[in-house]
Amino acid sequence: MRWFWVDRFTEFVSGSHAHGIKNVSLDEEVVDEYSPGFPMLPPTLVLEGIAQLGGILVSEHFEFKKRCVLAKVGKAVYHHFARPGDQLYYQVKMDSVHETGATVSATSSIGNTLHAEIELMFAFLEEGRFTEGPLFGPGDLEAMLRLMNFFHVAVDASGNPVPVYDCL
Amino acid sequence: MALSQDEIFAKVQEALIDALGVDDDEVTTDATLVGDLGAESIDFLDIVFKLEKAFDITIPREELSPEDVLTNTQYVQDGKVTAEGLVELKTRMPWADLSEFEKNPRVENFGNLLTVGDLCNYVEAKLGA
Repeated sequence: MRWFWVDRFTEFVSGSHAHGIKNVSLDEEVVDEYSPGFPMLPPTLVLEGIAQLGGILVSEHFEFKKRCVLAKVGKAVYHHFARPGDQLYYQVKMDSVHETGATVSATSSIGNTLHAEIELMFAFLEEGRFTEGPLFGPGDLEAMLRLMNFFHVAVDASGNPVPVYDCL
Repeated sequence: MALSQDEIFAKVQEALIDALGVDDDEVTTDATLVGDLGAESIDFLDIVFKLEKAFDITIPREELSPEDVLTNTQYVQDGKVTAEGLVELKTRMPWADLSEFEKNPRVENFGNLLTVGDLCNYVEAKLGA
């Protein structure tokens, strides 16, 4: 199943922030079908795109060794609809990070207009919880990151490119 | 300047309203986090994040949730925390009122032990440390 709700990373600094864009297209079935006659990207999928950026921001902090899942939506405020032709610019910032989870805060903008404000909490699954083993098949996450231009922009705090980690 | 007890309570209350979606009048000193305010296990992580931010403190996992004691056969027998285990819990959590728990110290009762007042005491102890 395709589940890519970010088109491209535009900026990524390890442990700090991740920026990315999502283009809304009438070609996407969900945009057309969610609200017939009023095409829009469902707000939940805006949240999912931000969760993908945030989840990768948190996971990379732990070299993708932890099984990171979205655990809680602390805040989700939408100021406008995301309509076909809009380009959403997501900015996600790491707020807190623990051995057991992390929180991020994010905005979505359309041009100079604030579109949405989101706060998320991620938790790490303990071994044996819900499912055994990794959450991604071998190479799947790396492929997703490559498709999203992650390695083109991702740097560590010193500005050096982040490596392709062994466990990807 | 040190925060007063009222100021600590106000910040704890705000964190719990935010994390649990409860009303301010529900967050009283003697309200239990699980039974009265409906906190689930994932909410405790959220509460920890919010308290850390509100008070600029670090909360190690084992301080609020002594799971290692409750799963240790040295301290638990037949599902009950032993006298030795209770001593360990009191040492670990001097800020918590364990008097109710002591009456029937079954491990499953521990989850509904913590009150808003306990959290305030914990924060006060951390700030004073």
